Amino acid sequence: MSQTDSKAEGLKGLIEDWASDQRAFRVPWGKAMMWIFLLSDTFVFSCFLVGYMVVRISVTEPWPLPTEVFALTISGQSIPLVLIAIMTFILITSSGTMAMAVNYGYRQDKIRAACLMLVTALLGATFVGMQAFEWSKLIEDGVRPWGNPWGAAQFGAAFFMITGFHGLHVSIGVIYLSIVALKILAGHYEKAGNYQIVEIAGLYWHFVDLVWVFIFAFFYLW
Amino acid sequence: MNEHDQHQPGSFFTRYIWSQDHKVIAIQYSITAIFVGLIALGLSALMRLQLGFPGTFDFIDASSYYQYVTMHGMIMVIYLLTALFLGGFGNYLIPLMVGARDMVFPYVNMLSYWVYLLAVIVLLASFFVPGGPTGAGWTLYPPQAILQGTPGADWGIVLMLISLAIFIVAATMGGLNYVTTVLQARARGMTMMRMPLTVWGIFMATILALLAFPALFVSAIMMLFDKLAGTSFFMPAILSMGQPLDHEGGSPILFQHLFWFFGHPEVYIVALPAFGIVSDLISTHARKNIFGYRMMVWAIVIIGVLSFVVWAHHMYVSGMNPYFGYFFATTTLIIAVPTAIKVYNWVLTLWRGNIHLTLPMLFALAFVATFTVGGLTGLFLGNVVVDLPLSDTYFVVAHFHMVMGVSPILVIFGGIYHWYPKITGRMLNERLGQWHFWGTFLGTYAIYFPMHYLGVLGVPRRYYAFENYDFIPESAQALNVFITVAAILVALIQLLFIFNLVWSLFRGREAGSNPWQATTLEWQTETTPPGHGNWGRELPVCYRWAYDYSVPGYEQDFLPQNMPGTHSAGEPAGVRV
Repeated sequence: MSQTDSKAEGLKGLIEDWASDQRAFRVPWGKAMMWIFLLSDTFVFSCFLVGYMVVRISVTEPWPLPTEVFALTISGQSIPLVLIAIMTFILITSSGTMAMAVNYGYRQDKIRAACLMLVTALLGATFVGMQAFEWSKLIEDGVRPWGNPWGAAQFGAAFFMITGFHGLHVSIGVIYLSIVALKILAGHYEKAGNYQIVEIAGLYWHFVDLVWVFIFAFFYLW
Repeated sequence: MNEHDQHQPGSFFTRYIWSQDHKVIAIQYSITAIFVGLIALGLSALMRLQLGFPGTFDFIDASSYYQYVTMHGMIMVIYLLTALFLGGFGNYLIPLMVGARDMVFPYVNMLSYWVYLLAVIVLLASFFVPGGPTGAGWTLYPPQAILQGTPGADWGIVLMLISLAIFIVAATMGGLNYVTTVLQARARGMTMMRMPLTVWGIFMATILALLAFPALFVSAIMMLFDKLAGTSFFMPAILSMGQPLDHEGGSPILFQHLFWFFGHPEVYIVALPAFGIVSDLISTHARKNIFGYRMMVWAIVIIGVLSFVVWAHHMYVSGMNPYFGYFFATTTLIIAVPTAIKVYNWVLTLWRGNIHLTLPMLFALAFVATFTVGGLTGLFLGNVVVDLPLSDTYFVVAHFHMVMGVSPILVIFGGIYHWYPKITGRMLNERLGQWHFWGTFLGTYAIYFPMHYLGVLGVPRRYYAFENYDFIPESAQALNVFITVAAILVALIQLLFIFNLVWSLFRGREAGSNPWQATTLEWQTETTPPGHGNWGRELPVCYRWAYDYSVPGYEQDFLPQNMPGTHSAGEPAGVRV
């Protein structure tokens, strides 16, 4: 539709491309909207993590040792970070199945796209289930938002708040993916002629996984 | 089924109550915001009564005074200004001005309003809970906000924080729509550099909202944890009423950083839409193209970016690292450059223009004057050494009321007088409007100018009473009486405006489709008010920028954006249809 008078290059060209008529991004609005939402959500998680870091630096008591707190005793042996390693593996795997779902979505392969999304949702639900187990174990060990047996009370506060907020995101993602998968199977998107919604849901899912990598690094490895 | 048919109205309920039409949602947002704004106005009148005539009114004790201060500030900044500019003006104008049928995701847009209404209800509910609303000051600084001794420390603060979190959800749902609509749903030919500055201002403000509100959201959640779960994010080891509390190791400064990382962009969330709207008002009513359109756009963008790196100028006396002050004073003064460019460009747009002193123009001119005064006192407060003695005095109160209280409100009035004819099909009454304008404009100066003197005298702000302070001369009380009388009069004059809004709806003069002879697309709709779907069968095509006023060689002095033909000389170069 639009015709450029002249093709500018460099920064000017970039600005002209973005400012041209109709769409700034050559994507459907739904995808652009999801990206903008994720940018906003990135700021939410960043604020949470920065707040956690500031608190961790400002506390007067020692911070509990993650290798000991997050260890599981299996057949008499204490293995550090074993549960969280499995959880992280599961979540990263779910990103793989999601990517495959997006791929089949492009090909409009109804059954495979929907099934892979349901597998992704199942893996997500497994993650949330294991997180519930981890929480209950920590609570059993005496970790509370207002205190714990090993040191700074802020450990429990930050841990429950941030992993809880992330777990909420995963849970919402599980519901979202399941709804989209069922709608695909029911043929809701045949009229539109494409399965863009799969990719949009996938953006959200990959984002939630990416955030987990940061939470994992800052809570379990620091 | 073509696109047009999807926008046919349904029953009364789907049309006016559960409406997905951006215009109806805009009106819902506006009425709700004006309603809570009137409550906040009433609270400020009560505060002034206490300050002007201390001890005369038995029902205003120290606690309730602090509650009025807090609720007045929070309602005005968040629930009135933010909601009205983004939810009201943004919703109404964006799709019409960029030539779209609606927001890209109308259902989420509708949800945005209802969630906002829920936030308002939760907020107002705090007036009726035991202990009343929180009296922590609108900044809600911990530890005092959640400790006994502060009014509303049991229920009020919890409801306030929950209401803020809900509001942020609403603002995000709306904001995603506004940004995506501007980016992805413009009409053919409507390049970014042809958009009216109103859209640019609201667009940039919405981006700020999407990136700044997360900090408030997180601080609200963390303080809720501190209050309800006994955590110590913001709570250091502390004695309260002689007893050590179960808190230890938290950082109150962290809250201030998070709060102002939201709080300063918030100033521009309110100011940028005002900048944009006032640009269009001045250009339209001076029949002249806006001076330096490209510069105006870049100034909006640069102000938006800079607004994220100035937040700690609110914290010079907080006890943060003193070297921070050096950095933040520098960035704060840099932000004055693009802002000054905008002021110069407004004045240069007026220069040799064909100025019509219509009501929108009067309010626009009043804005430029008021904003300049408020901006100049900002230079004082932006510098650390000058800020230290002036901090927490009435000088600060005068500054921020001038620059982000009165100024945006003047633009809101100007905008309502300007667009009311499009929204209702009728003009607002001119004579009532004149009374309203002069009363508001002169009245606000009568209120806030003397406050600068009070501040320089050292009169502290947020105090309930000023008895037995030797350094405050008695004459200060005379000024306080004067300010109170002026404030009550200004508050009463707003009733004229409300009356005018209602009266003109039924009795106002018929406006026709384009009473101001404006160029922008919203004035070129088939019907006035525009129907559901905005445009008829065909979407408009944009052929020129928004400021083709008094173009030489044409009989009429304005060329609508959808009028075919060559673009004029004033328009910025770039991509064309």
